[in-house]
Amino acid sequence: MDALKLKGTEDTPTVNFDAGANVFELSGKSMPENVAAFYSPILAWIDEYGKKPNTETVVSFKLEYFNTASSKMIMDIMSKFEDISNNGAKVKMKWHYLEVDEDMLEAGEGYSEIVEVPFEMISY
Amino acid sequence: MESQNSHLDSVYTLYQDMIKRGFTLIYEGEVNHQITKTFTSMADENMGKVSEDDSVRKKVYHVMVECLQNICKHADDGDQSDTAFSGNGIFIVGRDDAAYHIISGNAVDPAQKEKITQSLDFVNSLDKDKLKELYFKKLKEGSISEKGGAGLGFIDMVKKTGHKLEYHFDQLPDGNFFFILKSTISRNK
Repeated sequence: MDALKLKGTEDTPTVNFDAGANVFELSGKSMPENVAAFYSPILAWIDEYGKKPNTETVVSFKLEYFNTASSKMIMDIMSKFEDISNNGAKVKMKWHYLEVDEDMLEAGEGYSEIVEVPFEMISY
Repeated sequence: MESQNSHLDSVYTLYQDMIKRGFTLIYEGEVNHQITKTFTSMADENMGKVSEDDSVRKKVYHVMVECLQNICKHADDGDQSDTAFSGNGIFIVGRDDAAYHIISGNAVDPAQKEKITQSLDFVNSLDKDKLKELYFKKLKEGSISEKGGAGLGFIDMVKKTGHKLEYHFDQLPDGNFFFILKSTISRNK
């Protein structure tokens, strides 16, 4: 399937979802004017990927900032990967956070309690 | 030529007043996404210049985005023919030795006033653990509204700042209310 690559802007994250290269990354800032419009193609891509996922998927989040509306969309992305995991494929999340950013660490820990796949917290 | 224009006289008074009150930004007018991006990056740059603590900087940024997006997303809830609801609002950033203060104001109708009051009183009554619990519960069970919000703004602001949200409603002549919200972010570590 085609990769989904979006270059980040001052209010939208860099998206690099590439099944062939086995890379799934979301990084940068997220506070789009219309969260649903920005994230719906990403969610649709994951639905499609879920039909024939790789044996092992590592989803990497390296966000500097996201607003509350985006936090809901991140939840939705994780839920879709959780579904893929429930269907038998191996899925893991890597949550990167700036060492001094306790709120970002806390957000990652919060997600890890809700989403039932292994999480790795990585400070940078 | 020395101007007799009273507008010009009031500029210096306003300037002095802003300095005295520690207001670093005052804006009155339409709040849209472009304004939100501009103000947040401006404030962030400004905090960088005064070598503000990174964690404080991030919290101020967070609160500013949520406040401004609240105004843009909800300012069109009322009657569009009514200028009070045309997306206009007031937005103020203040700073003193101890804290940053983010203040926003916009018109709301009586039904919104009730909803906001209930929501703020509830969020203000919760401790840190309960806020965290509520945030992730809503994250899991909630959905994005038609306005594009997740209904998490107030919870997040109190959770991140550790300060309760102060608010006030002024009655407008048309029966609506002017809603003022103040969030505080401590500077001292």
